[in-house]
Amino acid sequence: MGRELQFEIFRYNPQKEGDQPRMQTFKLEETQNMTLFIALNRIREEQDPSLIFDFCCRAGICGACAMVINGRPGLACQTKTKDQPNKIVLHPLPVYKLIGDLAVDTGVWFREMYEKTESWVHTSKTFDPTKEEERMDNEVAEQIYELERCIECGCCVAACGTARLRDDFMGAAALNRIARFVVDPRDERTDKQYFEIIGNDNGVFGCMGLLACEDVCPKGLPLQNQLGFLRRKMGITAIKEIFRK
Amino acid sequence: MQTYYSDLLVIGAGLAGERVAVDSAEKGFNVTCLSIVPARRSHSSAAQGGMQAALGNCAKGEGDCPDVHFGDTVKGSDWGCDQEVARLFADAAPIEMRRLAHWGVPWNRVVPGQSFYFKGGQKFEKYEKPENEGLITARAFGGTAKWRTCYTSDGTGHAVMCTMDNRCAQLGINVLDRKEAIALLHDGETCMGAVVRCLRTGQLEAFISKATAICTGGFGRIYKATTNAVICDGGGHIIAMDTGLVPIGNPEAIQFHPTGIVPTDILVTEGCRGDGGTLLDVNEERFMNIYEPEKAELASRDVVSRWMTHHMREGKGVKSAYGEHLWLDIRHLGDKHISTKLREVDEICHHFLGVDPRTELIPVRPTQHYTMAGIRTNKDGAAYGLKGLFSAGEVACWDMHGFNRLGGNSLAETVVAGGIIGAKIVEFLEGYETKLKTEIVTQECKKQEQRIKDLISGRNGSENVYDVRNDMQEALMKGCFVFRNGPDLEETVETLQKVLERAGRVGLQSDGTGVNHELAAALKIKGQVKLALMIAKAALDRTESRGSHNRVDFPERNDAEWLTRTLAYWKEGETLPELQYEDASQVFEIPPGERGYGGGTIIPADEQFVKERTIKKDK
Ligand SMILES: Cc1cc2nc3c(=O)[nH]c(=O)nc-3n(C[C@H](O)[C@H](O)[C@H](O)COP(=O)(O)OP(=O)(O)OC[C@H]3O[C@@H](n4cnc5c(N)ncnc54)[C@H](O)[C@@H]3O)c2cc1C
Ligand code: SF4
Ligand code: SF4
Ligand code: FES
Repeated sequence: MGRELQFEIFRYNPQKEGDQPRMQTFKLEETQNMTLFIALNRIREEQDPSLIFDFCCRAGICGACAMVINGRPGLACQTKTKDQPNKIVLHPLPVYKLIGDLAVDTGVWFREMYEKTESWVHTSKTFDPTKEEERMDNEVAEQIYELERCIECGCCVAACGTARLRDDFMGAAALNRIARFVVDPRDERTDKQYFEIIGNDNGVFGCMGLLACEDVCPKGLPLQNQLGFLRRKMGITAIKEIFRK
Repeated sequence: MQTYYSDLLVIGAGLAGERVAVDSAEKGFNVTCLSIVPARRSHSSAAQGGMQAALGNCAKGEGDCPDVHFGDTVKGSDWGCDQEVARLFADAAPIEMRRLAHWGVPWNRVVPGQSFYFKGGQKFEKYEKPENEGLITARAFGGTAKWRTCYTSDGTGHAVMCTMDNRCAQLGINVLDRKEAIALLHDGETCMGAVVRCLRTGQLEAFISKATAICTGGFGRIYKATTNAVICDGGGHIIAMDTGLVPIGNPEAIQFHPTGIVPTDILVTEGCRGDGGTLLDVNEERFMNIYEPEKAELASRDVVSRWMTHHMREGKGVKSAYGEHLWLDIRHLGDKHISTKLREVDEICHHFLGVDPRTELIPVRPTQHYTMAGIRTNKDGAAYGLKGLFSAGEVACWDMHGFNRLGGNSLAETVVAGGIIGAKIVEFLEGYETKLKTEIVTQECKKQEQRIKDLISGRNGSENVYDVRNDMQEALMKGCFVFRNGPDLEETVETLQKVLERAGRVGLQSDGTGVNHELAAALKIKGQVKLALMIAKAALDRTESRGSHNRVDFPERNDAEWLTRTLAYWKEGETLPELQYEDASQVFEIPPGERGYGGGTIIPADEQFVKERTIKKDK
């Protein structure tokens, strides 16, 4: 016999007239190797088919299932019930628009972020299919990949005090995205161009540097280093701008 | 009701879908992409291994070229593929990888000088030439003659998906997430878009287009045990099949992987066995060495999966709350090896099992992994049966994989096929006008609304959709898994026919408002059972063993009778699919022969037939 787990789950379906936000209790017997993916699916299939939550890869690689688990943003699919107390409290991520119950709209948020950061390689070169690929140093390639590992789960933004207070704060994921293009030699943007995107209070200068983002990132991205790196770079760019004027 | 118009509607925003979209957008056509989840969460991002292209830049890839890649692909398919398609693919793959580099993929690159690598647990040395420094490098993969698999660290799919999605953002392609296509709009001849359920509001919407491309990935989720994401549920196959006009090609061709972990069926890499891991049974005894004395754990995916299943059927499986499984043992590889070479496996064990693979065993079982089955298209990616309908990626049977696809060939297929088919769609769109028949849109939307109302009101009955789905999954696991035989398949067909009747009586337990998941499941359950029946019936009728389709009662590969591709149609009101057949390949660059692995006897095809179709490549 496994433990009897008690789930306290946030419920609110904005599409349902007259629905009120509330917490609902579900009970479930714990089985071996149970994750929140298994538990939530069992609750939906056996107890309440109206429960709304997101999973996709269920393997910790797509970022769909982020939620607040006993007060902390994390990936539900890679959370084992055995590492949690008997009572498991689940809330949707803050900051993002609520879809229903535990599901939030990260898609639209990140799409806006791509547009703000112009999340693509800016190059004047055109592709020539008859030519050999342009060479690149392997270490640089690995460095870019390390910054590209973000799965857009949204945990860092949800944990960020500044992002919770201010809608227009870009958040660690966006700043990390910029850093990815800054290190990419294929991107021809200048520091000044990056400065125009992030050299303000919505960008690097709005960050309070409290580390909450890096603490919760399930991919262990070096968000603090990137923030520091960009802040220094943007600080220098700002000074240059002042002297030029 | 909200109506959207575009020149091209792409259903599915994984690698294949987004790659298809890019060409039309570059040429100035208006493109909309739909996806159930934000594009980057598509299953393409889960692929870690890499993608094959014969660049031949690295030391162990020297001498590689599209011809060798073509040969591996044809052999891999067990001569079930269309050789013209495999040729198109192998030739275009290197260009497509370079294009991805231009768009921003951080491919790993050649590092000159001496380095080491492991094979079968042994250490070897290699030397990379200085003149190749900085070119795209490659790693080894099963079934390939050369090191050909391009990669970015341990996250190839993720990196390529990011780049492709960036490219779509740059081109201003309208990628809409939380949109699920539930029916095609067509008049029996021409496809004009789709009816879509918005997964933010639950409302129906009409997407009208000149060309439509279905790129919705695999349907692993109709099996109980699968490595696929929960959204790989056959939605795209179903809307095509439901027209009654578009056939599913080779439904019986489903690939299984030996080491999905239990309970969640997440994949642990083949590298575990490659590096010397062993499989153990309930008594913690090895067994692969009994069945395959020579290759043991290192036999091919299909072979290992078969013996594991057999061994469990002999009562040697480990019982668990999630059904039976076996053990994978990598303890003897030691801490250093596990925390460096198998870091990802270490992480999966930690996060999903709470197991330390240094001291504990990993619970594994064979698991559905890939669908070679799919929407049948010609070599331009145009679907059989409906004008204006295209398909690419895992959802399609384009058919370069035949009865078995090679590791690293499907991720490459998504972008290569996406590029080729994207260009063909541009040709189609240029100078093409269609007459919009509004009554078709209205009728189809009404029909779908009625379906939803009936499910909510319980008008057809009150069967629980999750129970019905469960019974379908169990039936497939029993009859259409790694081993197949006549009596079991007959039973499976009968069982599934009963399940289909029950699927028709599903009614919701909840009220179905908004983004209700129960409704989403209920809307596709009938289609899923029909797909399951296509698998079972096609497998029953194919009285031979080819690639992943293994008939215990017909162990030979029978080229004399079965050098064919199954085409399965579902005609309205029927209780079984209608099966037709076409030749697997119109031409042979490589006439049917042995694969070079996996054993088995071959009943040869008619010599004259083979001779007539054999061509010399004109290069
Ligand atoms: C665990 C794992 C590891 C793998 N590793 C490798 C590897 O190393 N190398 C390799 O070559 N292959 C690998 N594969 C296979 C390869 O990843 C897939 O075959 C390939 O990514 C499929 O891409 P796709 O674009 O066709 O579909 P997907 O990437 O699955 O995208 C499907 C898209 O369709 C959307 N969709 C689905 N249904 C609907 C609907 N009804 N309406 C609207 N949108 C819909 C989804 O939201 C998604 O955007 C692996 C597969 C798995 C499961
Ligand atoms: S360090 Fe900056 S970005 Fe990170 S949580 Fe704190 S304020 Fe937010
Ligand atoms: S940076 Fe980390 S926490 Fe933030 S979205 Fe990306 S993966 Fe999630
Ligand atoms: S479902 Fe993909 S990360 Fe959890």
